[in-house]
Amino acid sequence: MKQDFQVLNNLFRFYYDGFRNMSAWGRKVWIIIIIKLFIMLAILKLFFFPDFLQKKYDNDKQRSEYVRDQLINSSVTHD
Amino acid sequence: MIENVDLTLVDWSRAQFALTAIYHWLFVPLTLGLSFILAIMETIYVKTGNEEWKRLTRFWMTLFGINFAIGVATGIILEFEFGTNWSNYSWFVGDIFGAPLAIEGILAFFLESTFVAVMFFGWNKVSKKFHLTSTWLVAIGANLSALWILVANAWMQNPVGMIFNPETARNEMINFWAVLFNPVAVEKFLHTISSGFVLASMFVMGISSWFMIKKREEFMAKKSILIAGIFGLASSLFLAFTGDSSARTIAKVQPVKFAAFEALSAGKQNAPLVAFGVLKRSGERIGNKELPGFVFKIEIPDLLSVMTSGSKDAYVPGLIDLVSGNKEWGIMSVAEKTERGKIARQSLMDYKKAKNCNDNEQVTSLLKKFQDKDFRDNYFKYFGYAFINSPEDVIPDVYSAFYSFHLMVILGFLFLLIFTLALIFFYNGTIGSQRWFLWVVLFSIPLPYFASELGWILTEMGRQPWIIQDLMPVSIAVSNISAYSVQITFWLFAFLFTALLIAEISIMLKQIKTGPKQ
Repeated sequence: MKQDFQVLNNLFRFYYDGFRNMSAWGRKVWIIIIIKLFIMLAILKLFFFPDFLQKKYDNDKQRSEYVRDQLINSSVTHD
Repeated sequence: MIENVDLTLVDWSRAQFALTAIYHWLFVPLTLGLSFILAIMETIYVKTGNEEWKRLTRFWMTLFGINFAIGVATGIILEFEFGTNWSNYSWFVGDIFGAPLAIEGILAFFLESTFVAVMFFGWNKVSKKFHLTSTWLVAIGANLSALWILVANAWMQNPVGMIFNPETARNEMINFWAVLFNPVAVEKFLHTISSGFVLASMFVMGISSWFMIKKREEFMAKKSILIAGIFGLASSLFLAFTGDSSARTIAKVQPVKFAAFEALSAGKQNAPLVAFGVLKRSGERIGNKELPGFVFKIEIPDLLSVMTSGSKDAYVPGLIDLVSGNKEWGIMSVAEKTERGKIARQSLMDYKKAKNCNDNEQVTSLLKKFQDKDFRDNYFKYFGYAFINSPEDVIPDVYSAFYSFHLMVILGFLFLLIFTLALIFFYNGTIGSQRWFLWVVLFSIPLPYFASELGWILTEMGRQPWIIQDLMPVSIAVSNISAYSVQITFWLFAFLFTALLIAEISIMLKQIKTGPKQ
């Protein structure tokens, strides 16, 4: 148990020291990563990219029926 | 009732996907190749104990880190688009896409949170051998991560290993190994990663050339040119080999794409390979589509026949054969495929009708029909043709296919020449004095990016009108959403990715100017 804790502590220290002693370019790219992920996950995904079928239908049966109807009823090709 | 598809929506959805995929691919290939170059450099450091090798490994690792950090997760955007803009497609592909993408996600997470961290935080904290192992595992892991994405993409080019379930309207994987070892997947993987190796080699050689021109860090620059030259030359040869086998597979599974990128209108025996040419309007038409002719072309006699089937007598079908059919050579016409596709679609309609009428006997019988090998191979295989209005609609844009293919190949040979010259100059000791060559290499850095993007343009535009070859046209795959909302997100992405690219280039340039740490 004590040994497991020691391993976890070492692991934590490894990442902690790594982030604490990061170079200037490292800090800069981490800021970019955080901003990027925030824009992608908290803005774009949430407000602009809902899952169309998840949002429109309650269950997989309805989703299957919808797509089957699309496959049966759609027309027009495009290149 | 037949619903008409909004072509403006299709165009914007395609443009958005193309924009995000092209930007995403600006970040990925450098990671694939530079990770191996780092591993080779660090191996030399561990073997020799020479601190200069550690210094130069750490310098290239910094550039790797910048590219990795800025590029990481840009591919998630593509997955957002699948769910929002391409919902019919996403549903239809079922777990064929889900399984490889899930494996890729898990692999990427473990790779990034463990071995990449050891690579950057582990210097002087873990043993040299453990650090080296981590660097090699990052290289192998990054490339294996690409494998799963490419397996999913290869399925779109050559759908195998699945059965369509009319109840769920999804394709269900029945043979994971057939999906994984799909010939298109194997060749696409090898060709794509080797293109990443070439790109990274040119990147390393180009930046090293800049140091040579500036007469700075000459030890690092010369050693880097040597490693990148050898790695780049070997990768270029492998790239040519995988490109050749890839083209042969395309000739079998996507013959229309093959005929398009060779601009081959009429099929022939002893077909020559067009090494290069300039296209023009020919006036010759299939239906309402005009076929291109040549202003001029440089041909290699018989080579196309030999390449596709190993014999100069082999018949290579042209666009006319593939659209109108050719009984003599056993080529089915698009009209016949359309009839078969309509039979498959009628079976789906019958299934729906039987379900609505609670006709369980008919439902069971139709479920069996969709599982029957004969029906799958001879009817459902052409399901997408049921949506084709005119036979000539199966021809992609020949101009973009032809030029993207030929420019990519020409650039591939140029890279081979540059790596060869670099090694010759290195071994005869004149690399430092060949300033013209150093400038050429420096300005060649963008070319492999361009060639790599051309490869994807060929892959994706050459497959049109299909999103899944022969099974689903692009127009059927889109969600019923407003084209206006897709336009808004197109510009948002254009802004976001451009900002990321500018950030990457500016941080990298700063680090390059700073050079390796003392």
